[in-house]
Amino acid sequence: MATLNQTKAGDERRNADHESFMSYKRMRWLKIALLLSMACLVSYFLVDVEPRHNGGSWYGYTLGTIGAGLIVWLSLLGVRKRKMSSGSWSLKAWTSAHVYLGLALLVVGTLHTGFQLGWNVHTLAYALMLLVIFSGIYGITVYTSLPAALSNNRQEMTRGQMVAELAGIERELETAGQPLEREEADLLIGVLGTDVFAAGFWERLSGNYPSCKTKHALDYFSDVSSSDADLEKVRRLLGRRKAQLDQIRKQMRLKALLEVWLFFHIPLTIALIAALAAHIISVFYYW
Amino acid sequence: MPDKYRVAIVGSGPAGLSAAGHAAALGMSHVLLEKTDHLSDTIYKYQKGKHVMATPSNLVLRSDLDFDAGKREFILDTWDDQIESNKVEVRLNSEVVAITGETGKFTIELKGGEKIEAEAVIMAIGTQGNPNKLRTPGADMEHIQYQLDDPGEYYDEHITVIGSGDAGIENALGLAADPAQRNVVSILNRRAEFARAKAANVKLLEEAESEGRIAVRRETSPAEVREGELVLDTRDGQETIPCHRIIARTGSQPPRAFVEEAGIEFTSEDRGAFPQLSPSFETTKNGIHVIGALAGYPLIKHCMNQGYDVIEFLNGNSDLKPADEPILAEKFAALPGKRTVDEWLEIFRGNITILQELSPLQMRELMLDSDVYAYKSDEVIFELDAPGSSMFGIAEGSVLVEVDPANRNITVPIEQGSIFGEVGLVSGRRRGSTVRAAEQTVVLELSRNAALKLMATAPSANRAVNAITVERQLLQMFRSGLTKEDVAEIVADAEVIETKAGEIVIEEGAEDTDLYVIRRGSMVVEKTVGGVPVFLNYMPAGSYFGEMAVLDGWTPKARVKAAIKSEVVRFKGEKFQQLMASNPELKDRVTGDWSNRRDLDLEVSDRTHASVDDVAHFSETARFLIDNGVGEATDVLLIDETLCVGCDNCEKACADSHEGLSRLDREAGRSYAHLHVPTSCRHCEHPHCMADCPPNAIKRGADSEVYIDETCIGCGNCQRNCPYGVIRMETEPPKKPGLLSWLMFGSGPGPGEASYGWRSKTAAKKGIENPKTAIKCDMCSGIEGGPACVRACPTGAAIRVSPERFLTIAKMERAD
Repeated sequence: MATLNQTKAGDERRNADHESFMSYKRMRWLKIALLLSMACLVSYFLVDVEPRHNGGSWYGYTLGTIGAGLIVWLSLLGVRKRKMSSGSWSLKAWTSAHVYLGLALLVVGTLHTGFQLGWNVHTLAYALMLLVIFSGIYGITVYTSLPAALSNNRQEMTRGQMVAELAGIERELETAGQPLEREEADLLIGVLGTDVFAAGFWERLSGNYPSCKTKHALDYFSDVSSSDADLEKVRRLLGRRKAQLDQIRKQMRLKALLEVWLFFHIPLTIALIAALAAHIISVFYYW
Repeated sequence: MPDKYRVAIVGSGPAGLSAAGHAAALGMSHVLLEKTDHLSDTIYKYQKGKHVMATPSNLVLRSDLDFDAGKREFILDTWDDQIESNKVEVRLNSEVVAITGETGKFTIELKGGEKIEAEAVIMAIGTQGNPNKLRTPGADMEHIQYQLDDPGEYYDEHITVIGSGDAGIENALGLAADPAQRNVVSILNRRAEFARAKAANVKLLEEAESEGRIAVRRETSPAEVREGELVLDTRDGQETIPCHRIIARTGSQPPRAFVEEAGIEFTSEDRGAFPQLSPSFETTKNGIHVIGALAGYPLIKHCMNQGYDVIEFLNGNSDLKPADEPILAEKFAALPGKRTVDEWLEIFRGNITILQELSPLQMRELMLDSDVYAYKSDEVIFELDAPGSSMFGIAEGSVLVEVDPANRNITVPIEQGSIFGEVGLVSGRRRGSTVRAAEQTVVLELSRNAALKLMATAPSANRAVNAITVERQLLQMFRSGLTKEDVAEIVADAEVIETKAGEIVIEEGAEDTDLYVIRRGSMVVEKTVGGVPVFLNYMPAGSYFGEMAVLDGWTPKARVKAAIKSEVVRFKGEKFQQLMASNPELKDRVTGDWSNRRDLDLEVSDRTHASVDDVAHFSETARFLIDNGVGEATDVLLIDETLCVGCDNCEKACADSHEGLSRLDREAGRSYAHLHVPTSCRHCEHPHCMADCPPNAIKRGADSEVYIDETCIGCGNCQRNCPYGVIRMETEPPKKPGLLSWLMFGSGPGPGEASYGWRSKTAAKKGIENPKTAIKCDMCSGIEGGPACVRACPTGAAIRVSPERFLTIAKMERAD
């Protein structure tokens, strides 16, 4: 029986009512982050600091400690994600907490500055923190909006299958191109020599490939008279190749959009931690 | 004057030849009668160059003729030479048509009128004269043959071999041996396992399958034979394949009529029954002995031993013990009571009901493959959740099943003669309860393979085990204080029905009033609402249906059909009603279930009238999931593609939670409506991988996960049997440097499965050479926290579901 021998823990694990990381446990971390932010805002206006709010008052130190603690904990997500230790932890829960507490950091960090900004290492730390958070906001935007598009584009093919499909079309093109004239054959040779993955950064991100040889070849063959069976066959195959390239390129684009922000988010975090260390040390050194 | 002999031996197969050879050695007056013009017709008809085996390998050969594993031609030549040099009296072209008379004076009439007299007769005529014919439409077509003489004479044909015993497998291998013949060879096996064939043959077949030379179709039977085509019934529905020739090797039966005319009785009316024999091979007709395949012993070594033995008996040697005696004596030495081997064999056979129709000779063979144990009162035989898929028979004493793990005093007794532990035969689950001896007990333990073989070869054993499992399943499902006696009548009338995938068991609006229990497989409940077929519910093995009609003759408004190839047990409606009438607790239980289902039915109707699209979409999704194995899964990984960002952390986590190899292929697999079923083990209710594991390394854990333990020998059977392709054969990779050194210094390949290049280079550098073993998802059993794939998914796209929770109408909430 399928229902025999199933433990309670197993049943809980097999609970199919799943939520995304943004609404984990009914927005628990959003609520906690909001609470934290409200507490900071309210206390900011209630606490009276002479002459004006600054990072060096007892209030400022409190906020600073909370902020620094948060920054260190937030950066540990990279370690938690990669360390597959046993235990009932969930990366989805950690990510949910990371997102919302990271957003709360905006409030905490800003209030800690007391809006006293200048050209110094302290503001540098603050600016880096803002950049990290903004890149993270971009991250959650694409994480919530793009997966469905990724799935739709894939049409159940794996990366390996798409590449194999392309290779198959190329083989057919090679055979179909045999009876062509010199000029047209050269066009085809140019097409067959391209590597779909040798795309530049901007091309990958934008999805625009102005110098795409397949497109040029396809345009050429479409203009030419379609009464010749050989040319028609080549045109059709080029059409298929273009379609497959489009699918691969769209997949690359979506993946690039989903991943590009990490190339800012993480190095900026390292820089932030360095700047933060400098900020804290200099504050105590020059106390 | 007819010739007179001490003994006439009919049939010159290995049994007859051995008997004649020994008679000649003893100087006993004998004649060997053979109906064809050459010796050993059955072996003569083996295909050219066939490799003849000499199993069981642990049995000693006792004969005046030589025999060892080798080519057919060599064996036949050896026997021809030795028969001549031993001066055996042979008469070829002498077909026996009748045997009359009494012991001491038999008259054997040959075709053509000639008569021979003998004091005793040994019938060694075998069973190959009567092949089982196909019984499908088109079975009389010309291109069906029942033997294969020369596999080399066919070319450019699509040939299907029906029957996956030794003969079928050898024929298939012969046909596919030479690729220059360009034959497309397929072989059909009714079941998923090759229970009747020798292990070496199965191994060769699977090698041929993986090389692409033979298409092996498991769980497939022929449905109809047409000109140039063959229609098959497969696990997932019907399929038509091109077929120019059919070789049917579906076994044969003893030529019953001829044997019975000589005055010999068979053990039962069963088509597969054998003649009743004494331990000295004498039949119910004194003076006539039967040996060899006709006695139920198709293996050559046994036949030759029996030929030798029967002549010894006729010669007056009543002390002769069979060749396997010392092996059995050793097995029985551990049992109390100091009984002889024969006594013990008779006790086991006579007391254990499922063995009662076996001949003493079949018992000996079974005993070679099994174990016997004696237990004192209160001694534990096996514990709850212990691994083990063997079946036990109680020869003496009785046992108690502890049905409540919390209270060992709540028990259900199983009496002498019955069996226990049979659940593992089908689904390989761990022991469901602790079983202990109630008194001084002696049991027989049959390994899973031995039990399956017994059920495949002895129809009475098959029926008996079926009856017991049906009864127990019924009691366990309904509980309600029912006892064996309560259900005895309904079980006796029960009918076990095999259904193909998609076959309708109860039609919508049918007048059916019977109750059905799903024994194996699963069912889908559907209903047509507003012209649209709507998926209502999914029922796994262990559920029952049809109760609505049984309760008050209410016409079922839903259709129940098989999701995959299944087995249901059908109980007569009126008998079940009587049972409910005399058991109020049962009636309450069934009424409760019924009202739940009726509510479900109404809810679906309402929703469908409200929004046909939602319901249709849900139905399609459910159908897609079932087609992809969610129907037979107990726990499957699904990926919600509206959340999956393709980070592959699930694969990396899987690899890092094990030895560095991922058991999950996220991208591969089918999708529907943003629900993706990745390539990962479904932990099926009836695992296909378990079917043919020689070391029995595949087991079921406490959380119903199916896992492969460290005794895997890397044969690859499981990988071939799995219809979802979730098993990998891979070597254990060398250890990676730790996470910290990767983070700080970039040493090692980082988290996740290392590339093939890194793994092989590092293994070569370190001089590590591991064999390839089978790996697959084990649901991270033993790892606290459970499946790593779910824990490591940052967005919550990876979820694990069990079908009966997932495929319910409640899931329609998520209509996206």
